[in-house]
Amino acid sequence: MTARTMPARPDEDDAGLRPVPWRRMAGVTWRQHRFALAGVAVLLGGLAVWLWIIGTPLHRDYAAAVACHPASSPACQNLISTFAASATSNFMGDKGPGGVLLQLVPALIGAFVGAPVLARELETGTFRYAWTQGFGRWRWALAKLVLLAVVLAAATAAFGVLVSWYFQPELGPGPYQTSPLITLFGLREVTFPAWTVAAFAIGALAGMLIRRVVPAIVATLAVYAGLAFATAAFLREHYLTPLVTTSINFNLPGTGTAWTISQWSTQGGRFAFAGNPPDSLVNQFCSSVPADKVGPLGFAPCLAQHGYTQWTSYQPAGRFWPFQWIEGGWLLALSALLIAVTIWLVRRRAA
Amino acid sequence: MRSMNVVKASGLGKRYGRTWALRECTLEIPAGRVAALVGPNGAGKSTLLNLAVGLTGPSAGAVTVLGGRAAGAPAALDGIAFVAQDTPLYKNLPVADMIYLTRRLNRRFDQRYARARLDELGIPLKRKAGKLSGGQQAQLALTLALARRPRLLVLDEPVAMLDPVARHDFMATVLAAASADGVSVLLSSHVLTELERVADYLILLARGQVRLAGAVDDLLAAHGRSSLEELALAYLRESPSAVTR
Repeated sequence: MTARTMPARPDEDDAGLRPVPWRRMAGVTWRQHRFALAGVAVLLGGLAVWLWIIGTPLHRDYAAAVACHPASSPACQNLISTFAASATSNFMGDKGPGGVLLQLVPALIGAFVGAPVLARELETGTFRYAWTQGFGRWRWALAKLVLLAVVLAAATAAFGVLVSWYFQPELGPGPYQTSPLITLFGLREVTFPAWTVAAFAIGALAGMLIRRVVPAIVATLAVYAGLAFATAAFLREHYLTPLVTTSINFNLPGTGTAWTISQWSTQGGRFAFAGNPPDSLVNQFCSSVPADKVGPLGFAPCLAQHGYTQWTSYQPAGRFWPFQWIEGGWLLALSALLIAVTIWLVRRRAA
Repeated sequence: MRSMNVVKASGLGKRYGRTWALRECTLEIPAGRVAALVGPNGAGKSTLLNLAVGLTGPSAGAVTVLGGRAAGAPAALDGIAFVAQDTPLYKNLPVADMIYLTRRLNRRFDQRYARARLDELGIPLKRKAGKLSGGQQAQLALTLALARRPRLLVLDEPVAMLDPVARHDFMATVLAAASADGVSVLLSSHVLTELERVADYLILLARGQVRLAGAVDDLLAAHGRSSLEELALAYLRESPSAVTR
């Protein structure tokens, strides 16, 4: 029988013993989660190569179209349509497969890395090993969750920069512009890592509560989808008070496209209609407005002659960075809260 | 031999929903013993062990370990190594990684002992823990626990899933640690014959309550029985409600 090589227990009185150093969890976390992290690296790396390959010609076409003068010449119009065709065929925009695919990335990373962290331990019984080591169970959970969250945030922040580069032709001033506050807003420099960390924190808590890997992943994806939808549909437009204008040229030159929140008209100081003018009004006053000029702003000059004032509330494109930090800020605060709840459950929950 | 108690429970109780898994448990297990926690399935053995290692918290009363440390506190975990039922290991990690994890997660770890012992047992370091036989997995978990050089080794049904040879080898390792290194041992089992050879202290649990606790020799003498098995069976049959401390 092998004898133990250390001297018999030094009867160090461990009343004031120092805890196992935090840094030791780095190697532990890596050994246990290297396959998940490698999966994240492969996913993000593959997408990055894909964005680079299709983004390079797109940027070339865009640069040629923007540099062309005078813009109305046939040669320039040709360049613009070349870029538009290239953009369409490369799945640009959040309605195309490219955009939709990217929307899934934070949810997938969060669910597949976050949910198993605790659920697998609880499902396989290994928590009885992990939580009885000298490191201590809540410290173990804290170190692991924070380390993984930081690594994921760093990787996805880098990827968010690449996404911003790829979609810059669409978002910048030019022939194909859309508002940066709408298109792929959740996949940019700040929001991409913030949503990924939020999905990870949701996953960790779901894993602790559900204690099964697969149901925890499903629950994470469901909660994430609900949160992302509610944010885009209801919450984001309220980050800052919208500006209100009666001008129809509220997009300042060079700042990109504003996000129109709502439009309505008044007549003689009283509310007339919201959004598009009713057909009766159009038929009465503005039947001659050309077909490509429809919409509230299209009819505004015509109806103004009949005493109607067109109002627009909007978020200017210049608010992109404040909006990024507001969304990133509350998502990170939410993530910190979810991780704190998870650790509290690890600490007190009977196993 | 230290005079401290490795486990001390007073009025300890654990309730799951409306059922008390353990009730009014008061006992003191002295250091330097191989203590056997015996009782039928569902008697509360695992509950008592989980309370002692801090995996679960008490619903009533209190439990301290290693001379007054709160169960589950870092100072307590530092001196206790626990091998849970079915010896949970990370099945997808190689044996070497299990050694690495245990070394990093504890202040003390006797790497040379762990390596030498696994070598003796013929357990390859590169093999994944999940690919080892049941006996090897149990030996790996025990080796990792002993390499932490604990003062108290807690084993929950350690041999229940093992074949007779693996059982014998496992218990031999436990006994060697107890006699050579003075590790106190607390192990639970419902296999009485297994404990006969190793245990010198007995705690008999039934229906969530302590029925009998004391040094094996004293108990045998006091109750006029010749073997631990005979004593335990008689006690479980004849006096289900009596409580002796």
